[in-house]
Amino acid sequence: MARAWVFGDDVDTDQIIAGRYLVKTDPQELARHVMEAIDPKFASKVSKGDVIIAGRNFGCGSSREHAAIALKAAGISAIVAESFARIFFRNAINQGLPAVVCKGVRGGFKSGDIVEVDLEAGEVRNLSTGKTFKFQPMPEFIMRILRAGGMIPYLKQTSGKPGAFK
Amino acid sequence: MAEKILARASKRERVAPGEIVEAEVDVAMVHDITGPMVVEGLREVGVEKVWDPSKIVVVFDHQVPADSIDAAKNHILLREFVREQGIENFYDVFEGICHQVLPEKGFALPGRLIVGADSHTCTYGAFGCFATGIGSTDMVSVFATGKLWLRVPESMRIEIEGKLPRRVAAKDLILYIIGDLGADGASYRSVEFVGEGMRDISVGGRMTMCNMAVEMGAKTAMVPSDAKSKRYLAGRAREPYKVVQSDRGATYVEELTYDASELEPQVACPHSVDDVRAVREVEGVEIDQAFLGSCTNGRFEDLLQAAKILKRRRIPKSVRMIVAPASREVYLQALDRGIMKIFVEAGALVEPPCCAACMGGHTGILGPGEVCISSSNRNFRGRMGSPDAKIYLASPATVAASAVRGAIADPRDI
Ligand code: SF4
Repeated sequence: MARAWVFGDDVDTDQIIAGRYLVKTDPQELARHVMEAIDPKFASKVSKGDVIIAGRNFGCGSSREHAAIALKAAGISAIVAESFARIFFRNAINQGLPAVVCKGVRGGFKSGDIVEVDLEAGEVRNLSTGKTFKFQPMPEFIMRILRAGGMIPYLKQTSGKPGAFK
Repeated sequence: MAEKILARASKRERVAPGEIVEAEVDVAMVHDITGPMVVEGLREVGVEKVWDPSKIVVVFDHQVPADSIDAAKNHILLREFVREQGIENFYDVFEGICHQVLPEKGFALPGRLIVGADSHTCTYGAFGCFATGIGSTDMVSVFATGKLWLRVPESMRIEIEGKLPRRVAAKDLILYIIGDLGADGASYRSVEFVGEGMRDISVGGRMTMCNMAVEMGAKTAMVPSDAKSKRYLAGRAREPYKVVQSDRGATYVEELTYDASELEPQVACPHSVDDVRAVREVEGVEIDQAFLGSCTNGRFEDLLQAAKILKRRRIPKSVRMIVAPASREVYLQALDRGIMKIFVEAGALVEPPCCAACMGGHTGILGPGEVCISSSNRNFRGRMGSPDAKIYLASPATVAASAVRGAIADPRDI
């Protein structure tokens, strides 16, 4: 079952993955250093399917796509935050990692709670407390990218024409 | 302004904030960190030819010259890509930081839509264009098709009144504004810096301000084109351009005014860019390293400000000062004017033009417990090395004054 990892406001991309690791493009390699600046053991504690719950402005800072790649490779299945920095938001979607804006979610979880994210229904459920948080479901073209597993697989399906989502 | 540029780029009469448009990009830039992922992405999708090699710019600036085998491999990959695609606008390890090189080489023109695989691409807004940072996968679509979907941002107007006092710089002003608005105070918005005070600020100072707009979440920032910025572009612009101005009576989600004449030197304290205080409040904090450079403040006028303070002074042994000019052009200018000599005589280390210590992946990495004062744009935990190091962001004058003192110092006292 997916567990929640709760973070505060303004988690920046240098904290998610530091500059010195950016020469690497191998996702697994990046995943080993994910969130190192906040919690050096994070990479070893997180399990597949876990969800990040965060405050405002998640992913602020650099445009490094390595940040979204590292989180996804570490097993994170979705990030639910009060708000996102825009470049990170795009990068996450492009990597097939759902980034969900959900007001009030931060206060509704503590790390370790069992969580369920339902993209189609627009709900984040805290199964440990029984509370449910609603969000605006994503537009269809974003859902299509997510279903394909990211922008690159999506482009492959649509033979390189991103214009197809209009 | 943002709406007009996006309307033109998406071939529409007009666009409104919140709308999603598919826009045609005028210039697309990648550098040595974000570029390799774009090339890999293109190969994976099976794109053989980029949409228009003449609109692509590739700059090596983050890890130059290569500092590891991995970096060297990335450089080889991109050099091959540039050759195979016939990309002529390629600047190898000696030219400087992308955000300095694009304006210098005349790519940052008024009215253009420019995207770069780097968050500080918004720097070019100093010339009245719509410039924004995107990730590597978005850049794969741009390289493949020349197009990108964008949400039309709401515009926000920041008017600057008055002149900056002596030894107070555009950097102090933008730090103050970020401190006031917060790290997400301009999220997803297009920020227009306008007013008498703005016209008074140099082109370099405007670039500093637009550069840091992303630190308050802005999608882009712009300064209306005027005689000053046109003068800079004269002889540089690659093609004729048409200036775009905002309409009288344009609507803004927020309008703010700041008075530059009352400002004093500012510093952003660790570990967030919006924890901004007057230098006076943190004076005396001992430092181990002082970094002067980056796309925020590595320009000639920045080096000049610092050199004025360092002239005939010695940096104490307890401090390492690193200076990295933002570009080859800046480097040459500084050499010509004898500024590099002042730095070296004062005991600073001068590096080739590149990002240097700014992103903590290359030279000048901080160890645990160390304190650095830097003219760059981010003081996030771990940005310049150890997560246990502390970074203070300040103007070039404050960095130089602090280097001389061995502790954070107000440049007006020196
Ligand atoms: S100088 Fe720093 S902020 Fe600017 S492009 Fe280089 S690493 Fe990024």
